[in-house]
Amino acid sequence: MKPGAPILHADMITENVEPAPTKPSNIAGRHEFGHGDPEQGFKQADHIIERVFKTEATHQGYIEPHACLASVGTDGSGELWVCTQGHFMVRDTCAALLGMDVSRLRVTASEIGGGFGGKTTVFVEPVALALSRKAGKPVKVVMSREEVFRASGPTSSTSMTVKIGVTKAGRITGGYAELRFQGGAFTGSPVVLGAMSAFACYDLEHVKVVGYDVVTNRPKQAAYRAPGAPMAAFAVESVLDELAKKIHMDPIELRLKNAAKEGTRSSYGPKYNRIGLIDCLEAARKHPHYKAPLGANQGRGIAAGFWFNFGGQTCVSLNVNIDGTVALVVGTPDIGGSRASMCLMAAEELGIPYDKVRAIVADTSSLGYNDISEGSRVTFSTGLATISAARDAVTKLCARAAKIWGIPADAVTWENGHAKPSGPNAGSFEPLSLEDLAKKAAKTGGPIAGHYEVNADGAGVSFAVHLADAEVDPETGRVHITRYTVVQDAGKAVHPSYVEGQFQGGAAQGIGWAINEEYIYGRDGRLQNPGFLDYRIPVASDLPMIDTVIVEVPNPGHPYGVRGVGETSIVPPLAAIANAVSAAAGVRMTQLPMSAPRVLKAIDGAKHGSRRR
Amino acid sequence: MVEVMLSGPLRAAAGGRAKVEVEAATIHQLLARLGQDHPKLKPMLERGVAVAIDGQIYRDDWLRSIPPGSEVVILPKMAGG
Repeated sequence: MKPGAPILHADMITENVEPAPTKPSNIAGRHEFGHGDPEQGFKQADHIIERVFKTEATHQGYIEPHACLASVGTDGSGELWVCTQGHFMVRDTCAALLGMDVSRLRVTASEIGGGFGGKTTVFVEPVALALSRKAGKPVKVVMSREEVFRASGPTSSTSMTVKIGVTKAGRITGGYAELRFQGGAFTGSPVVLGAMSAFACYDLEHVKVVGYDVVTNRPKQAAYRAPGAPMAAFAVESVLDELAKKIHMDPIELRLKNAAKEGTRSSYGPKYNRIGLIDCLEAARKHPHYKAPLGANQGRGIAAGFWFNFGGQTCVSLNVNIDGTVALVVGTPDIGGSRASMCLMAAEELGIPYDKVRAIVADTSSLGYNDISEGSRVTFSTGLATISAARDAVTKLCARAAKIWGIPADAVTWENGHAKPSGPNAGSFEPLSLEDLAKKAAKTGGPIAGHYEVNADGAGVSFAVHLADAEVDPETGRVHITRYTVVQDAGKAVHPSYVEGQFQGGAAQGIGWAINEEYIYGRDGRLQNPGFLDYRIPVASDLPMIDTVIVEVPNPGHPYGVRGVGETSIVPPLAAIANAVSAAAGVRMTQLPMSAPRVLKAIDGAKHGSRRR
Repeated sequence: MVEVMLSGPLRAAAGGRAKVEVEAATIHQLLARLGQDHPKLKPMLERGVAVAIDGQIYRDDWLRSIPPGSEVVILPKMAGG
């Protein structure tokens, strides 16, 4: 962005600028969101704080590297086994790249060893298929850890300016942010989502965010859990924390005074339906963690976070087996325990025990198209399709019972796993269980199955509030997280343990991002730490027990009220930890990661007269 | 007529306007007519957008009807991780 910087693409003209620039630039696009006039808002403020924040590129850090096994036969048909978040996407992309009919490529998603957004595209898969086609033999390709770091996408590094004004009474009068995200050599950094989510937690009359998508000579970024939102939240929530101290207000109280609620116009445009931010803030304030005493060199931080959550194309089949068990066939790779949630929802609808339902992730030739497991969409959309497929099966089971009894289908109802006659003229018959009907299926019309396909929408946004306690060693700058609590709205937690797992996973990943993780480049422009020895993700001994509070404000767009939970939990940790470290160190931390040398430098700088907070 | 709010980069392509009016009963009609009325928007619409109707975000649902009087916001295409 610096004037005179080498231009990467001679034909790159910054998009969304009127009139269109005539000279090429490394800024691929400018993206503006908001409403009102922040400058007007700042005039009404008693206090204004403006800060610049920086974050480094971080990798998703999935343990399993990219890997696949391809086998293309002499007839041109191929099979591919691959660890991916979306095998239908892999099939369609590879078929297009290799000039194959989609129906000639069958892709099976293997059990995944972590993805976090990084497995939502293809890397080695088309290569393996092409080599197999050429060699006439199966080809296996596995990236080394170093290749994963160098050749797959980290998230963007960022530079962000945030300015917020408040009254003495704690009302935010205006918010402004300029976000500069570098996404590697090609357009597509997640700055749009960062800009949309930056102030999404708050009810603001005057707000504006400008995002710049910048290209650099770095690896192309890939999606990383709630793309763009954690960095933007780090900047905004840090300034809010500083403002709360400035006006001597409890930081949760400040957020409550400005929290978005049903009917609030979001900073990215639409008005919110029913949302749970206030519920999360209240739950955090009531949590024992919030009032617990702190030790020497310790500080506490809080932060709120937002994520959109999505739906998408989804197809589910539910087959009733001869013994009354049920085979549930889904097409969304299980990246967080979703099969268990699907079984629970199917069992709930069918009125049978959970362990009678078995879910599998089908290959691409066995089920209709399914979008990638991304956007926190699976429990919402595959769950919605599962419920509908189960209801379809129940309709067929009732019809089968009606035939057996010789009564109209609408005179049969389904209760607690049994078909029962219903209504004054239905007659008196012994209820038939799902198992009874399954055993008679061959002689009453053949297989019984439910099916549903949908392009699901209405996922329902979600919010989280995190509490973090950090201890800083004043002599070394080392940060240790001593206590952590996640409070998040799940809408409805279908499988509470797995929901908690998502909450805790986001917190753990965020702790690594906040304290240790960064792509480090040498003077020669080469990545210096492409391995887990030097790129240090947190291990168990780095983490406290992570407490969780599941808030349930039902999503009206789902039969059970489900909201996505997988991504929101990565949004607040950077800010919550930065606020905790800033309190512990006595100096505002504005750059991630807060590694020991950086924290020590900040402490030393503060001692010598730099800004203290 | 549906009053449509344009967010983010779409505003620039519509001559800086934050709101436009379009005759449309479905998302498909909405996008088609927006492209006709504002040719600079067309490439962005073809690349993909999301449409929020009364706060509910739809990413790819051409046939979704737009109830009279509803609030419609066009958003950039979005994807998660």
